[in-house]
Formats: sequence, structure tokens, C-alpha cells
Amino acid sequence: MMALNVIQPGLMTTVQDFGRAGMRRYGVPLCGALDSGWLRLANALVGNAEETAGLEIHLTGPILEAEADGIRVAVVGPALVLAGPQGEQQPVAAWRSITLKRGDRIQVKSVTEGTVAYLAVAGGFDLPEVLGSRSTYVRARMGGLDGRPLAAGDRLVMASSAPASGLDLTMSAPSVDVDAPIRVVLGPQADHFTDDALRALEKETFHVGNETDRMGMRLSGPVLRHQSKDRAEIISEGVVPGVIQVPGNGQPILLLADSQTVGGYPKIATVISADLARVARSAPGAEIRFRAVTVEVAEDAAREVERDLRSRIAAVRPLAQGYDVALLYQGNLIGGVVDCKNPDNFPGHLETHLEEPSGGMRR
Amino acid sequence: MNVRFLDMGDRAFTIELDSAINPRAKARVASLDAALSAAGLDGITGTTQAFRSLTVHYDPLRARRADIQAGIEGLLDDIDATPEATPTRWALPISYDEADAPDLDAVARATGVSPDQVVEIHAGCEFLVYMLGFLPGFPFMGDLPDRLHVPRRAEPRVRVPSGSVAITGSLSAIYPWESPGGWNLIGRCPVPLFDVTRSAPALLAANDRVCFQPVTAAEAIRIEKAIRGGEVSPDSFREVVTA
Repeated sequence: MMALNVIQPGLMTTVQDFGRAGMRRYGVPLCGALDSGWLRLANALVGNAEETAGLEIHLTGPILEAEADGIRVAVVGPALVLAGPQGEQQPVAAWRSITLKRGDRIQVKSVTEGTVAYLAVAGGFDLPEVLGSRSTYVRARMGGLDGRPLAAGDRLVMASSAPASGLDLTMSAPSVDVDAPIRVVLGPQADHFTDDALRALEKETFHVGNETDRMGMRLSGPVLRHQSKDRAEIISEGVVPGVIQVPGNGQPILLLADSQTVGGYPKIATVISADLARVARSAPGAEIRFRAVTVEVAEDAAREVERDLRSRIAAVRPLAQGYDVALLYQGNLIGGVVDCKNPDNFPGHLETHLEEPSGGMRR
Repeated sequence: MNVRFLDMGDRAFTIELDSAINPRAKARVASLDAALSAAGLDGITGTTQAFRSLTVHYDPLRARRADIQAGIEGLLDDIDATPEATPTRWALPISYDEADAPDLDAVARATGVSPDQVVEIHAGCEFLVYMLGFLPGFPFMGDLPDRLHVPRRAEPRVRVPSGSVAITGSLSAIYPWESPGGWNLIGRCPVPLFDVTRSAPALLAANDRVCFQPVTAAEAIRIEKAIRGGEVSPDSFREVVTA
């Protein structure tokens, strides 16, 4: 059987796809990947349709064991990944696929920048769609694996029973400017706030709070004051992931994928879609600065992000050998190591390694 | 009031049609939603109805907000505030039994009427479902008469049992799921409000009308079991309209 057994579940590993956009009218949150772009890249690396459900990993990922030969997986995100037979796991670069043999384990040991990474499996998981999506929505115990995060002992059965064929695939990791300000469109209720609050939103630094989950992210920073007490509440109206709502205490909350569909707090601004994934991936304590742009600029940015993703997917290339040492170096994941399968090849002689491929690790 | 278009990023915006919560405003929201759906404007991916506003979701890769807004402005003159002539009506069973209504006495004290009168007033209302939200299938329903208006509980509950019927301000609601909550619990409805196996998973929809029919706690449990056993369909609580 093509299946992965969950040896360790990780901190908060859930099945996610693009979510349930059509279900808003029933009060169902959007759900779906916090970074659907990275999920698309992970799927491209295993030859899946872009919208195939994968695993969203937070901070510490799972250990999964292959039940059969030829299970192809890919991890996307700044993660430390180990793979191989039990007890002999070795570092593998993210941003590439790896084909597991029966008994091999893949472990996403940690997400090294931010909190989020994605793991895709060729063929996807054999899980039912619930309201048009396989995304896990824990609060209503819906989707994914019985509506909950992975647990030790779970068995993830593949939707495809054919072992992966052909070469593994790779791509270069996109460079992320973590210091760039997060762009927002002011509103819908920017006019409920004092001039000082609007100034502080753009001039001051905020920090990602500890109380952060898939529903929302608390931001600590300057108090964003409403013009008056009665401007601190509104008649409930629609909200979307990305809105920055500010309750009466003046402490902003950025709503994310699992946020409810309506809310009664004034929203000072909305993070633009091009920048939402970057802030959603941020770890507690990370610094965030905001910069206001127009709707038109936000739409242009969304189109630019889409063009970039498409060109990255088009540039996915076969990996001639098991290791892609160049990628390991690029990702700063190795340094000063000797390849045990190719002991004559020393770090610093990267070109030699690339020109004279060794047998590779897992092929 | 003038219609206001409110920015909400590059994938949604909100059209505010009125300044207050009332059935007339809600009718205009429903009318605009229907007009929008009929117009089939390019790039719109969905809408969310609320008390006095409609949020429009769109795909910025397919259409620009400015073009969608121009299309909507052309529809605004034709929306009307006449509530639907034949809305879907529901007669939902409710137990006001002490065990199902932990806040009934407190509501009675706060409003200066007896617990029996609270029940009488609540069961005598025909509610309009303004919108669904907060939780999947959670109906915000109004309007309660002024004399039953109470604020939210000072101490929200960590765990409100599913099926709880609650009130705050002019509104009443039914919790479809066990969840935290701050509304005042005055009864329990045994009919499940949300079922993922249905194509329209929420039993109630915005603009439906709901009346509550008091039953005993034992009868509520019997109804709950009958629905769970498949002997009774939740749809059977929809009132058949005879013209």
C-alpha cells in the first residue's frame, strides 16, 4: 500500500489546500494554506496539480515512514530536512523532491526561518473533500484527517497507487526580503482611528505575539486608539484573512486563514494579498513594519507574485543525482561536511562534485 | 444614507447600504446580493451578507476593483427594501427547561420580568436571520423587543454547549457547535444547524424566518435522538407555506 505512517506528528501539522472560498455564505471560514504559493511550489516538485492538498508544518515537523517503495515527497520552506532509513537519516535540501524506499523516513526537524513549511506527496492524500476542500479546520473538526492535526500512529494513504518514476525535481529557493515592510490598504474603518494611530501604524514597529494560530496573529506595539469609545465597535460585517482588527484595548489582531467570516471590531487596514503569506509565516517576536499602498498597487503586486510563482514552477528541473549539493550550500544547510558516499570530494570543491556526480544518496 | 464602498485589501471590499440594523436594511442587502449574482460580473468569487452591508470577494488576477465597483454602481438604483414576499419559515423546537437555560433567571432579573415572561416573549417572536457567521451555520437573528435587551455576560463562558439558544441586545442565536461564547443562554434547540454532508451545509440561510416552539426537555432529547437516528429530517421543521 502506498502510505506514510506518522511516527511523530510535529507541533501542529495539518492537511491544507486552497480552502473553502465558496462556503463563506454559510459562515464557514476560508481555511487553506497560510502560504498557498509555497504549497503550489511543493506540489510542482512532485508533479501534482497545484491545488493538491499537502501538509502544513509549524515550527517542528513530522517524522513520516514510507510503507512502500517509490513514495515521492517534497518539502518547501526554510526547513532542516532529514531522510533515509531509520537511524541513518541524512540532511536533504528543501525545495526538491526525494523518493523514499520502503522503511525510509523523512523528518522535517525544524523550520529555520519563520514558522511554516509545506510537504507535498506525489499523487496527494486519499482523504475525502469536505465542503469542497481537504483543508483541516480544527475548530469545527472538519476536513483533513478527522478534522484534527496529525497524531502519532496515523496512516496517510496516497491517492495514487503507482510508485514515482523518473528523476526527482528541484528548484531554487526564492529569496525573501524579511525586512521589507508589509504593505497594507487602509480601511475599511481607518476613519474610526485617531491621526496618531494611523501615523503609528506606518511609523512604528510591531512584534508578532505569542498568541498566534491559524485564526489570527496578535501584534504587540503602540496602542492604536479609536477616536472615541463608540468607534471601537461596529455593526458586524464581512472580514477576510489579512484584515487588522483593533478591539477596544487598541491591540491589533491580524486575521489569518481560519478566521471567522464576520466580525464586529473596526479594521484599521488590510494586508495586501502579495504580502500576507510573508507575515503569516513570521515567528513570535518577529518585527513587522507596515506601509500603506492603494488598492491598484496591491492588485499590481498580486499579479507580480503570480507571475513570479508561474516562472518558478516553469523552471522546475530534474535533479541529475540524489544530492543537489549546490542547493544545500545555497540554503546554508551544510558546510564543512564530507559526503560519506563520495569521501574524496571535499567542501570547497563544489564544482568538482557537480561535474563528477557520485552515485547519489537515495536513487 | 449614501452607499459607501469600503476598501478591504485587494481581494474584497464592503458595500455599506445603511447605518443601522433593521429589516429594511437587510432587505436591501439581500436585493443587492441577488442583483449581483444575476449580473455575473467578471472576477467576483463570492459575497458575504451582513446586517447592513455586503462584502464582495474578488480575484485580483481576473478583474480590477475599479471595474467591479463601476459595474455594481450601475445596479444600485434598482435594489429595493421590500422584504421577500415568501421567505423560508422555520418552526424550531426549543426547551426552556432550567437545565437548558442557565441564564434565564439572570435575564429575568436584568429585564424586570418573570422567567415565564422571558420565555413567552422569546417564543412569541418571529425572527429574521440577518446573517450567518462567528461559527459555521451560526445564525444572527432579530429583533427582540426592547424590554428583552440584555448585554453580553460579563464573564464569557469557555464552553457553550451546542444547540444553546442565546440572546444579547436585539439579537438571538443558536450555537451550532460547542464553543466559547458570551451570550446569555435561555434554551436549547435539538435540531442540528450544520451538516457537512448537505450541499448547503447550514440549515438556515440569511433572510429566513424562525419561530421557536416550546417543548419539554424530554421531548427535545427525543427529537434529537430521532434526528440522529435518521427517523426525522431537520428539513421537516420548515413550515409549508400555503398561499
